[in-house]
Amino acid sequence: MTLLSVRGISKRFGGLQAVNDLSFDVATGSIKALIGPNGAGKTTIFNLVSGFLPPDSGEIVFGGAEIHGMSSCEVAVRGMVRTFQHIRLFPKMTVLENIMVGRHVHSRAGFLAGMMNLPFTWKEERRIREKSVEIMEMLDIVDHAGTEATSLAYGQQRVVEIGRALACEPKLLLLDEPAAGLNMRETNDMGRLISRIREMGVTVLLVEHDMSLVMKISDEVIVVSYGEKIAEDRPLAIQKNREVIRVYLGDDEC
Amino acid sequence: MARRYLPVVAFTVLLVAIQLATRFTGTPYHLTQLTMTAYYSLIIVGLCMLIGYAGQISLGHAGFFAIGGYVTAFLTTFNLKLHPGGIVSLLSKSGVLVARLDAYGGDLLTVHPWLACGIAILLTVVIAYLVGGPVLKLKGHYLAMATLGFGIIVYRMVLGTEFLGAADGISEVPGFPLLSGMVITGNSSARVSNYYLAWGLVILGMVLLLNLIHSRVGRALAAVHGAEDAAGAMGIPTARYKLHTFVLSAVFASLAGVLLTHYNGGIGPSEAGVMKSVRYVAIVAIGGMANLWGALSMSLVLNYLSLRGYFGTYDDAVFGVILILIMLFAPDGLLRRHLLSDLKRAVSPNPAEEEAP
Repeated sequence: MTLLSVRGISKRFGGLQAVNDLSFDVATGSIKALIGPNGAGKTTIFNLVSGFLPPDSGEIVFGGAEIHGMSSCEVAVRGMVRTFQHIRLFPKMTVLENIMVGRHVHSRAGFLAGMMNLPFTWKEERRIREKSVEIMEMLDIVDHAGTEATSLAYGQQRVVEIGRALACEPKLLLLDEPAAGLNMRETNDMGRLISRIREMGVTVLLVEHDMSLVMKISDEVIVVSYGEKIAEDRPLAIQKNREVIRVYLGDDEC
Repeated sequence: MARRYLPVVAFTVLLVAIQLATRFTGTPYHLTQLTMTAYYSLIIVGLCMLIGYAGQISLGHAGFFAIGGYVTAFLTTFNLKLHPGGIVSLLSKSGVLVARLDAYGGDLLTVHPWLACGIAILLTVVIAYLVGGPVLKLKGHYLAMATLGFGIIVYRMVLGTEFLGAADGISEVPGFPLLSGMVITGNSSARVSNYYLAWGLVILGMVLLLNLIHSRVGRALAAVHGAEDAAGAMGIPTARYKLHTFVLSAVFASLAGVLLTHYNGGIGPSEAGVMKSVRYVAIVAIGGMANLWGALSMSLVLNYLSLRGYFGTYDDAVFGVILILIMLFAPDGLLRRHLLSDLKRAVSPNPAEEEAP
């Protein structure tokens, strides 16, 4: 079954065709990786899919509904949540509070209910807290619950950011270079974490530069270059694909 | 949960102590300025919510204060006796008008203060949504300039409008009768009750705002303040939340304008002035931006000193200087949050913390 279907999306920034008539599908329950040389348009594709940028043309269908042109907030409400290449945790808030923000779409206390401190909000707050603690326990960061999130080590901040996204209980999790800036041990842990997230029933689409990680955990890999798809296949086949090798390493002839 | 309300109790005790002090030192006239301070504090805490917690600046809140004050002043002084007609008699029958005598014994028929207050708040909400909608798309300096522009428009409009009294403003505004038979008025006989009423309202406002910042919405606002794009990606409707907070703070300012106008018995164009808006921002800044109690205590001290005339002719200059000094030397404010815990740590470093890697 297809969870996300991208059909012929294009995006142009002035004279630069960042993404050109790109199509791909993400199957429910799979891990799909998006790779390509620097400047290939991977992050732009992420921004288009997650509602941060509107595509110039093309369709994006998520869970059976067309979502192109929706804001990132509307997309998140529908169950697609992303992380950022440059970690975007909420400063001056603890790890627990950061993750609690992730429960926003699953709670409903508004301005009036909040100001009046209505009884139903107490129960809701308790549930938000319990669920957030559950997530921190799963990610093994519960010891840092009261720490200011932005003061943690880089690798841990990444985990908190993923925890915040998981608190939304997304159907599709978009990870923008989850291993960037991590050392080898942390990268291995990240790979295991992503596999575990998939086992929880969350579909994952990731952009990543670390090839060993991509090849180890992905079910399928899409390779883009200059905004166009040049290959889409299983990891082993991608490694042997001549076009992919040419894009990454250059032509034999020269 | 209980910790949130502890300062409320402490602050109430302080207010009672101040009243008793004026009583035993025979200086009850201080209560007049303290009551006015309370109404100004209502603007401050609302603005603190907007600036400190939602992270949006407004240099136009004196405008919302003036909208509240002028609407109620106009409606409660405009003599409908001189404009008889079908609508007036209809309003009169429905009981929303009051007949009274003016200062010279002439007959007056005006809108009831409660209705005037309701209209003022409603109008403020509409204007705040209309202004805030487009303006809050801006950030930083641009937002500051746009709200400044709004403040200037309100100021020039009240200054140039004949039926709003132009440069003289509107006077002879009646007291605001409450259900219990109490009246919001500057009469010296009602000084003590008005002092407690005004500060009671401030405390009520504080409780509402404290609840809000500790709620789901408060957490979302902190997220919007910290990293707006990430907050949006978590499903928080950032634009709507900013706008609601803007309107909420405008309502606080407008209500303060309504009640202070009834208390003072009038309002003048200086209340809409840009320097007033700057003053409110300066007080929020020195109070620690994201610190409701800091803003409130600074408002209590500075507004009181200003109203008692301690700053003399340098009144506005003092607040300008405060703003410059705060921005230069303590951009987190003088009474920033966590100040106490930081000081505690500096005085007696926790050994366990030092050993930690």
